[in-house]
Amino acid sequence: MEAKDLIARRAALELADGEIVNLGFGMPTEVANHVPAGVNVVLQSENGCLMFGPTPVLGKQDADIGNAGGQPITLLPGASIFDLATSFCIIRGGHVDTTILGALEVDQEGSIANWAMPVAPGKYSPGMGGAMDLVTGAHKVVAVLQHNDKKGGSKVLKKCSLPVTGKGVLKTIITEKAVFDVTPQGLVLKEIAEGLTPETLRDVTDADFTVDPGLCRYRLPN
Amino acid sequence: MNKVRQLDDVIEDLKDGATIMLGGFLSVGTPLKCIEKIVKKGVKDLTLISVVNTYPGKYDLYETGGFDLAPLFANNQVRKMITAHTGTCAEAVQAMKEGKLEIEFFPMGSWIEKIRAGGAGLGGVLTPTGIGTLMEEGKKVLEINGKRYLLELPLRAEFAFINGYRADPLGNIEYRGIGLNTNPTIAMAADYTVAEVNEIVGVGDIDPLRVGTPSVFVKAVVQGYTLAERQDVFRDMWVKTGRIKVPAAAE
Repeated sequence: MEAKDLIARRAALELADGEIVNLGFGMPTEVANHVPAGVNVVLQSENGCLMFGPTPVLGKQDADIGNAGGQPITLLPGASIFDLATSFCIIRGGHVDTTILGALEVDQEGSIANWAMPVAPGKYSPGMGGAMDLVTGAHKVVAVLQHNDKKGGSKVLKKCSLPVTGKGVLKTIITEKAVFDVTPQGLVLKEIAEGLTPETLRDVTDADFTVDPGLCRYRLPN
Repeated sequence: MNKVRQLDDVIEDLKDGATIMLGGFLSVGTPLKCIEKIVKKGVKDLTLISVVNTYPGKYDLYETGGFDLAPLFANNQVRKMITAHTGTCAEAVQAMKEGKLEIEFFPMGSWIEKIRAGGAGLGGVLTPTGIGTLMEEGKKVLEINGKRYLLELPLRAEFAFINGYRADPLGNIEYRGIGLNTNPTIAMAADYTVAEVNEIVGVGDIDPLRVGTPSVFVKAVVQGYTLAERQDVFRDMWVKTGRIKVPAAAE
């Protein structure tokens, strides 16, 4: 299984029945496809709706019903629509239970960097969109990212090198190699992928971490 | 009172160097006809306030080529953009690299509250969003009951271009679907708010509770695509940019 697919599947286990959930774009969007049976979550699209459903089939799309990625969506029975200011009252005001966000880097202090890549000195792209508000307001912030970059460098760092989206905001970090809890004492390794040991994981991880006494194999939904 | 105007006349008043706000979110709820006219008029040095940049896909709607906000950047009409996200617009990122475009970022929730403050006569808003990040730079931090907040100042524009479903000649606007998004907030925060709508109806035809933007905020009402035309545009656009799969039998 591809790393991105593993991560999306594992991240789905972070969602609990009845939660209000905001999924970022990319890998997090895929999480919705792997939510275990019996777990019903309310998905928010930050451009202004709660309880959206799958992409419509041709003919069922509506020009005025799209998500925060500009893609057509459907609304489920019980959905609601509201303006952007209200949407961010939901987010900033603490009414979102869990958000799952993609990351460029994370660190052992629970910081996440996912908005700013330098394009010129002091100039950044693409921008934070709603991510800074989400990491500020959501009760549980989960970062998903591939453990290493293309050159093998660790993206789970002692300290983020890119401008952060939020400082000390993460609760959980999920890569294809490991799952870490972020605690006041630092990162705690909770789950580890097949074929790795805490020692071999340290070789590919910049961040310091301790090993949970109940360390288990990387879990996936049935 | 009749606020219905021809779009060409409205755009005539738009000059180089103007500050404009555009409603909509990646083309959903975006005043597409207004943008098309602004592109064709070719006004330069605009300060553009939009929550995000252009729809992430190449589509040719305007006769000038392009779709949504992209042509404004392709034509170098924007000097500064105030937004939460610009990564969908390669032209904008390139212009930023070359120093031709300044981008000022705000977190999305701060961006909308700054505009709400601008329309509501508030001196600013206090938000915890951005504390501990680059957003703190150059801003006042206030501690209230032991928690730190950033002071975000109000934001207004000379022109706001919003998109709605129906309008009456008084300027009452009814919205439709998620096309609502930034439009009602932006409508309040400009000296001259132009509402592009699918349909212009008679006074009294919109149920008062369905009025999303009261007429007091609107200076001009212009006819945009009809709903049927807009549905056709989005169907074609979403199919051609791969967002909706066409079943083999329907091709």
